[in-house]
Amino acid sequence: MNPLTALLLRDMRIAVRVGGGALIGVLFFVVVATLTPFAVGPDLALLKRIGPAILWLAALLASLLALDRLFAADYEDGSLDLILTGRAPLELVVAAKGLAHWLTTAVPLIVAAPVIGLLLDIEPPAQAGLVFTLLVGTPALTFIGVIGAAIAVTLRRGGLLLAIIVLPLTVPVLIFGVAAANAAVAGPVPFGTPFTVLCTLTLASLVVGPFAAAAALRLDIE
Amino acid sequence: MRLSAVDLTCRRGGREVFAGIGFRVAAGQALAVTGRNGAGKSSLLRIVGGFIRPAGGRLWLEGGGSELSIAEQAHYLGHQDAVKPSLSVAENLRFWAAFFGGGTSKIGDALESVGLGAIAALPAAYLSAGQRRRLSIARLLAVKRPIWLLDEPASTLDAGARDRLTGFMQSHLAEGGLIVAATHGELGLSAAQELSLDPPVHASLAQAHQAAEASSP
Repeated sequence: MNPLTALLLRDMRIAVRVGGGALIGVLFFVVVATLTPFAVGPDLALLKRIGPAILWLAALLASLLALDRLFAADYEDGSLDLILTGRAPLELVVAAKGLAHWLTTAVPLIVAAPVIGLLLDIEPPAQAGLVFTLLVGTPALTFIGVIGAAIAVTLRRGGLLLAIIVLPLTVPVLIFGVAAANAAVAGPVPFGTPFTVLCTLTLASLVVGPFAAAAALRLDIE
Repeated sequence: MRLSAVDLTCRRGGREVFAGIGFRVAAGQALAVTGRNGAGKSSLLRIVGGFIRPAGGRLWLEGGGSELSIAEQAHYLGHQDAVKPSLSVAENLRFWAAFFGGGTSKIGDALESVGLGAIAALPAAYLSAGQRRRLSIARLLAVKRPIWLLDEPASTLDAGARDRLTGFMQSHLAEGGLIVAATHGELGLSAAQELSLDPPVHASLAQAHQAAEASSP
């Protein structure tokens, strides 16, 4: 088996077992999105207007939840040392771990999004657009997040620092993700314009994230 | 294959841990690194493993794979066992075997030889410290790499497991591997060279101190 495939499968296996982070992210997402209508009240027009923003915010915070263990767990138990003695380039190792994180935290959340959308009065045709923006935008959240996860790896309680490092960098993704989702739900802006920018952000983060995170990890180990 | 170092200096947190360390280990030989706590045994191993850069000196390998770094040809057995509690014993070992590019065919044999064959399906969360260490050692057996860097390999092992470890090291050396091990006790290898990281000046000071104490009434 290819070393990177082995790593991907291992990380996914750990995530879905007891104590893994996969369920926590999607549960958090569902809880936030479910509580919003209770907090806002039964104003359907308002819910429809803020619905995409709520779902995107919940998705951002949910993907952040499992991120702080992404490298920290491997650092603490010595696995990261051994990974460095492997023959797979560290950049690709980061990419494989990022992919595992996305598959285990973002994908369940994307699957849950249409059901949760009903609570926020987002109707089926608009739901498809919203789900599509999450599908395209959440990889950017993960791959911006890996940079913060790699920087905060040596800190015992790195979660908060991780949020402080990562959240400002995710603001553009949030802006264009919500803009595209709003365009799909309510208009009047064409869907294509913000969506193209969202695609750009994702592609850029897929390239920059692994290199930046790998550089940070090499420094962490020293 | 020969691993050599000249004049290695290690600085951690602004403090010089050791300086001017040199050694030469050829295929089939073992080097036992000794020294008091904090003398830099682990740091020396981590320098050889490429995890930290030496502040000075040179380290090189002759006769290995020319495209590979020393770390990529080495097994590092550190204080931490790199065992994931939610995976089973066999899953842990299978992952490392696949990650290091070895076949997964030798996993059963490796687990048998460290005495974990009967609990291969058990989640690793239930292992004792000694059993986790044995699982780490199984990694060295499941994937062949010529250089073994062992940091206190016997620290949590019982007497029987220690003897087995000595056996593994002897057969590794007999197959032309080389071993660098940090240790407080005996490795059980008759032919091991010893490299002491204790600075000689400390030893002579201690002797002078003892002599002064002995002579005073």
